[in-house]
Amino acid sequence: MRFQAVVEVRTRPGMADPEGSTIEAALPALGFSDVSGVSVGKSIRLEVDAPDEQTARERIGRLCETFLANPVIEQFGMTIAGTAAS
Amino acid sequence: MTGRVGVVVFPGSNCEHDVVEAVATLGGRAELIWHGRTDLGGVDAVVIPGGFAHGDYLRPGAIARFSPVMDEVRRFAAEGGPVVGICNGFQVLTEARLLPGALQKNSGLKFLCQPARLRVDSDGSVLTSGVAVGTEVTLPINHFDGNYTADPATLERLRAEGRVVLRYVQNPNGSADDIAGVCNEQGNVVGLMPHPERACNPLLGGTDGAVLIGALLGAVSSRLVGSRPA
Repeated sequence: MRFQAVVEVRTRPGMADPEGSTIEAALPALGFSDVSGVSVGKSIRLEVDAPDEQTARERIGRLCETFLANPVIEQFGMTIAGTAAS
Repeated sequence: MTGRVGVVVFPGSNCEHDVVEAVATLGGRAELIWHGRTDLGGVDAVVIPGGFAHGDYLRPGAIARFSPVMDEVRRFAAEGGPVVGICNGFQVLTEARLLPGALQKNSGLKFLCQPARLRVDSDGSVLTSGVAVGTEVTLPINHFDGNYTADPATLERLRAEGRVVLRYVQNPNGSADDIAGVCNEQGNVVGLMPHPERACNPLLGGTDGAVLIGALLGAVSSRLVGSRPA
């Protein structure tokens, strides 16, 4: 089974997110003074061949821990978006 | 007998010739080592130079860490060999977990390209051995992701063990505790954001970098690492 996943890598809470805060600071000038809590991360789409969803999640988790995210400054989340025959 | 300094070249490195030139200016010998190699050719020190290794894709240093030559760099470091990462090289060494912490985007979100005043805060590294603690130098900085960060326990440990090698006199990028450079426990692996290799010739506006590159060449000659202050 081929699992289609979306991995989201984002800054860990408490870490500076200068990109997010700069975007947020620009919003009032654009008329969006009701928007707050802006943070910027990465979205990575990938497909993984695995016998079941549990295994797919474990494989992707390992990939994130060792490569896609830097645990010193980042955390990750994943969504399994769908499956296709491999 | 002067040893040989190997300068690792990744696709996207762009300061390798500056390092070779600085080493030669100071009477040493340096050679380039392509990242795809699986040996270091018997060099006596390794420098990971500045630039944008593998395009800095994903994160600076994230992909360079998996280049074939890095296994040998890891082995060389474990044997006590001097390894220095400058700018992007510092980012590579943190991603490779040869040094603690990480380098985030500058707090002001600007690419910084300017001289920076720095203070040597430890003489227990291969880059500062024999350099008096408190010595101030002016070196160019040239980075977007130079904002050093680590968890509080790691920062405390770096301080307690005298492993903060360089601090900014005026913090330009938001780095924790004004940190511009750190070393590993043994002092043989050092990473720093400023560019000492670009300040070894009066034609380039300053020679303050010579004290650091010179210390590295001294360490290459002796392969002796000074003891860190308690």
